[in-house]
Amino acid sequence: MKKRILSVLLLTVLLVSQLPTTSFAAQNEITVYNWGQYISDGTDDSMDVIKEFEAETGIKVNYLTFDSNESMYTKLKTGGTSYDVIIPSDYMIAKLISEDMLEPIDFANTPNYQYIDEAFRDQAYDPENKYSVPYTWGTVGLIYNTQYVSDEDAKSWSCLWNSKYAGKLLMFDNPRDAFAIAESMLGYSYNTEDAQELKNAADLLATQKPVLQAYVMDQIFDKLERGEAWAAPYYAGDYLTMVEENPDLAFSFPEEGFNIFIDAMCIPKGCQNKEGAEAFINFLCRPDVSAANLDYIGYSTPETAAKEYMDEEVIESPVSYPDDETLARSESFAELGVEATQTMNDLWLSVKTEGANTTLYLALTIAAVAAVIAFFLISAAVTRRRKARRCRKWRETQ
Amino acid sequence: MKSKLLSAPYIVWMILFTLIPLCIVFYYALTDSITGEFTFANLTSMGTYLPIFLRSIWLSLFASLICLVIGYPVAYFIAQCKPLTQRFLEMLIMLPMCMSFLLRTLAWVAMLENTGIINNFIRSIGLSPLPLIRSNGAVILGMVYNYLPYMILPLYTVIMKIDKRLVEAALDLGCTPKQVFTKVILPLSGPGILSGLTMVFVPAVSTFYISQKLGSTGTTLIGDVIESQFKTAYNPNLGAAMSLVLMILIFICVSIMNRFGETDEEEVMAKV
Repeated sequence: MKKRILSVLLLTVLLVSQLPTTSFAAQNEITVYNWGQYISDGTDDSMDVIKEFEAETGIKVNYLTFDSNESMYTKLKTGGTSYDVIIPSDYMIAKLISEDMLEPIDFANTPNYQYIDEAFRDQAYDPENKYSVPYTWGTVGLIYNTQYVSDEDAKSWSCLWNSKYAGKLLMFDNPRDAFAIAESMLGYSYNTEDAQELKNAADLLATQKPVLQAYVMDQIFDKLERGEAWAAPYYAGDYLTMVEENPDLAFSFPEEGFNIFIDAMCIPKGCQNKEGAEAFINFLCRPDVSAANLDYIGYSTPETAAKEYMDEEVIESPVSYPDDETLARSESFAELGVEATQTMNDLWLSVKTEGANTTLYLALTIAAVAAVIAFFLISAAVTRRRKARRCRKWRETQ
Repeated sequence: MKSKLLSAPYIVWMILFTLIPLCIVFYYALTDSITGEFTFANLTSMGTYLPIFLRSIWLSLFASLICLVIGYPVAYFIAQCKPLTQRFLEMLIMLPMCMSFLLRTLAWVAMLENTGIINNFIRSIGLSPLPLIRSNGAVILGMVYNYLPYMILPLYTVIMKIDKRLVEAALDLGCTPKQVFTKVILPLSGPGILSGLTMVFVPAVSTFYISQKLGSTGTTLIGDVIESQFKTAYNPNLGAAMSLVLMILIFICVSIMNRFGETDEEEVMAKV
């Protein structure tokens, strides 16, 4: 009897675990899905933004992070968890809008939107500005260790192909950012959908592979800070965080051009607490909060009003706020078509997988298969002979 | 009847979490990622990834064999100890498994890196640092470290169950200790060797994290590729096709291993 109860119990546990957890979520809770290291979290005397928000509004925040737009998109697509606020980049927002995955924001609930500068409203990715509120903007550049890499070499993206630094170079582990670097070098637009141009970019990326240490994202912080790697492309704001740990690091805007982006807050379809989400967005737009966040993460603010509250040093940094001459070399990402995205993904996969020592592995495998077959044939023959001998002996004794 | 009822939870579990997911894997592997139509394209494109499949299989095969070479003496030694010591040693073997697999691998990174613990030590005594990380060898090391307990535990269980009287009988009948080992103990621990090899090989061949952390850009394993299809590329169809092919390859490898086991057993019986 006891065992039967146990089995029933197990079954119930099984079934309960199958129920969607969201139905148990308290009303006053929101789930925020943001980039890693992308909010002021209270370390180094900064403001703990999430705690502050919870104290002010009584809304509990579940905070989760992603490391690339693509992994965020996949997570949204596969479902399972519902998010209330997400902070993707421009091209990804355009993609989400075109796939009808975003909820329009009720701007009456986000009065602090007034602080967002005109220049950052109505962007190409969200022309009527219905779905997104800019959080930060920034650029991609080359971060390098001045002890090992010369300033001259670091002026160009070709630094990341330089065999002088073999084994000490890192590269983006997401196709869009990685292709953009190759496309700058080839003089293509970042938004090209031309199959041949994409192929050429992939070929260029493949030639880089032998000198690379790894394809990484957030690990770039650790590797550059400790000198395990000497040069890597990454986001300008993160450079400011890294240079605090390792003063030998320097930043350059490569001469071939670089990516400029806006990361904006959106509410995905299927959110559980839209008002809570809007309250959170509104809170992050408050100039003092925005200032605290951007001081901490080092990215550039879309709110002039926030600069009042920020460190002089950060505001005057040419890395966070490059001059117009430099910005003229920048280009932003637009949404790529389904086919171009697919092509890029396929090419990226082949860049990452090719170059295996095919002939060696094939030869080894064929040899092994031959050996296995030979083993079985021989052992079968041996057993047969042994049996025959035993039979003969048995007959002789008869 | 009663035993059937008791096994119900397990059967339900199997259906929910093994059979149905398997069907879903089949479904995805045989449909197009964009249109959702039936297609063989995912499976026919597998040829491109053949080198990656082969590399994964070879590296994990090496790792399994190294585990066997390291694990067998350890298991044998533990089996000879007093019961109390045995339990203690067994716990020591299990101890690393209580920690997250990811953490254990990251710890190796911290040790092997060029600016890691070992190389910093080497530098401090005035030698030039060694290239310890980012090679096939480092990946195999990661696999061996992470999966060694799966080799030791089944071996230990089997060796412990060997009837001591058989060993004594062999000695009485004039076997040298070496002969006792090769003619009695080794053949009798055959099933343990087989299950150990399988338990190491199967998780190692589909592993994904180790090669990213300890390997270079040229040591991508099939597990990494599958992960990327689900995590960033949003192409579950290709990922499912790869998983399916990998599953079939694992079945083939494991059944070959089992065939070796069968012949071993027959020989033992023949000799006895």
